[in-house]
Amino acid sequence: MKKIASLGAALLFAFAGAAMAAGGAGLRLEPAPVHRLDVESLQRGARNFVNYCLNCHSAKFMRYERLTDIGLTADQIRDNLMFGTDKIGSTMTVAMPAELAKSAFGVMPPDLSVQARVRGSDWLYNYFLSFYRDDQSVTGWNNLVFPNVGMPHALWELSGAHRLVTTEFDDHEKATAAAIAIKGLVRVDPAPGGKWLVRTVAADPAAPGTMTQVQYEAFVADLVNFMDYLAEPVRNKRISLGIVVLLYLGVLFAFVYALKRSYWKDVH
Amino acid sequence: MDKLLNWIDARFPLTALWESQWGKYVAPKNFNFWYYFGSLATLVLVMQIVTGIFLTMNYKPDATKAFESVEYIMRDVEWGWLIRYMHSTGASMFFVVVYLHMFRGLMYGSYRKPRELLWIIGCLIYLTLMGEAFFGYLLPWGQMSYWGAQVIVNLFATVPFIGESLGVWIRGDYTISDITLNRFFAFHVIAFPLVLLGLVAAHLIALHEVGSNNPDGIEIKKQPKDPQTGLYLDGINSHPYYTIKDIVGVVVFLAVFSAIMFFVPEMGGYFLEANNFIPADPLKTPEHIAPVWYFTPYYAILRAVPSELVSFLPATQFYGVVAMGAAVLIFFFLPWLDRGAVKSIRYRGTLYKSWLAAFVISFVLLGYLGVVPVTVWGQFADGWPLLGGADKATVVARLLTVVYFLFFLLMPWYTARDKTKPVPDRTT
Repeated sequence: MKKIASLGAALLFAFAGAAMAAGGAGLRLEPAPVHRLDVESLQRGARNFVNYCLNCHSAKFMRYERLTDIGLTADQIRDNLMFGTDKIGSTMTVAMPAELAKSAFGVMPPDLSVQARVRGSDWLYNYFLSFYRDDQSVTGWNNLVFPNVGMPHALWELSGAHRLVTTEFDDHEKATAAAIAIKGLVRVDPAPGGKWLVRTVAADPAAPGTMTQVQYEAFVADLVNFMDYLAEPVRNKRISLGIVVLLYLGVLFAFVYALKRSYWKDVH
Repeated sequence: MDKLLNWIDARFPLTALWESQWGKYVAPKNFNFWYYFGSLATLVLVMQIVTGIFLTMNYKPDATKAFESVEYIMRDVEWGWLIRYMHSTGASMFFVVVYLHMFRGLMYGSYRKPRELLWIIGCLIYLTLMGEAFFGYLLPWGQMSYWGAQVIVNLFATVPFIGESLGVWIRGDYTISDITLNRFFAFHVIAFPLVLLGLVAAHLIALHEVGSNNPDGIEIKKQPKDPQTGLYLDGINSHPYYTIKDIVGVVVFLAVFSAIMFFVPEMGGYFLEANNFIPADPLKTPEHIAPVWYFTPYYAILRAVPSELVSFLPATQFYGVVAMGAAVLIFFFLPWLDRGAVKSIRYRGTLYKSWLAAFVISFVLLGYLGVVPVTVWGQFADGWPLLGGADKATVVARLLTVVYFLFFLLMPWYTARDKTKPVPDRTT
């Protein structure tokens, strides 16, 4: 019986191992350089967000007033960040009518209130860095992270146009090696005939933006940091409260444990 | 104070109730780590009810407002985020605690005579809890809420002949809709909690009637009483001894609970799924629909059973549904399946230990396989006899499903044959 059990277990582990070895296709994301406590980055991100995102997207669960969380005063918010409304208690709605948005983009641009909880900050960061020129698509843009996305590259004047760089390899091993060598956002996919494609994006020197690559990456990092905050404004408070609660429970544990010991000392 | 108590006792057996249920309840003195989870389950139940009441004050069971009202609770309601996270973390932690509590029963034979009914009531609690969790998961009205409910209700629609009507009867509509949301809300906030409370009360009354089992599986009530204390030799007053000990357990549990709730409330997508932050969209099916982790072992069993089971019967998903149902209901029969000479794993032989280990492995791995797509491990090469082209994960899930059921079905045989060790008279 035992033999059968151990055989079964061995078989299972063999499957699991084989499964891990077989993986490898897909997307490798750059980690987003964001920090939830970097107030200045969050403020810059808020600026970037209201200037570039709120024209088409809403964040309808977020109140402008709430931005006091990230160190802004009510006046700063009113003067610099509010374009569509003058009531500080209003939510971040969008001026563009739904029908117009739908006819322009084919889909309704999603509400961004909790988008970072759907996608994660790494995904968002890489998404903004991986737009490239594609003459085949309706908008003239495509994206490595979100293929055939309906959204045009709204930040292209800042980043400049990028182009897709595709390299073909004969086998998976070489493709993986090349992908590792790229040290950035990269996508590895199987291609017909047992070949493998390694794809990444590169700046097009013929169409530069107003920002350098480094400046643009910082711009996107701030934006993503803000979107991360936007998805759960209470996060910093939650974490700091959690530390207090755990410290309290630690002290309480010392007391109740001592109490238990003293009650139980005559039980043998 | 005494006067008041006497006044009440003359009219309601308050003191007698307290003493029979806890104050004078005598428990074995050798409870170990595994005996914390009963009181912890009670704690989580109370927490879920209290946080649930506060959530109801701001939640709107309306398909156009439900998602929005949850975000409203998370952002605009004072401490709403904490109440919501307590409730969502509590849902998963309820199952963690209940699974550990059930495993304790398996290890120490707590379902054996005279505790059969106690075990059955416990199984009913487990079933009710599954219903409660299922109805509650629809309420945030995210994509996973919606499509998860769609998939589960469609399971009932596979029942031959009456299936389609059954599905409509459950949903109140032809798809999951506002009507479904309203009735699930009613089930979640009142119908099932009432049943749950009643069953928990019955579980406790039955426990305090038959007395607790213990890690040695010794019946302390069969021991002589200590002439000095008047208690069974290995017995101890639950109050204050286990009151104090359980409080230690509560504090440790709350620390684990808080660490999750304050630092990783999504628990890597297992407690709160990323896709559930997208509002429900009846026109857009998510690529990968997986139930919440506590249902995934059964979901994996459902998927593992082929729809073409035998050639002379029609192909239907119903076989899988039956297997899934059987996998849950089979727990009820444990008291009569186990024919071992001893209760506790401490005195069982290698046969039972190996089968229990195999069962745990299959339960956990099935749980994992229920989360991931069937293609996760790829396919067998076409050259393989029988298995060529089949999804590896499906084949493994089928093997594990067989192991899962054999643990129960072969139990009368292997527990009776097992080479057990002699059980001592006193607890160790």
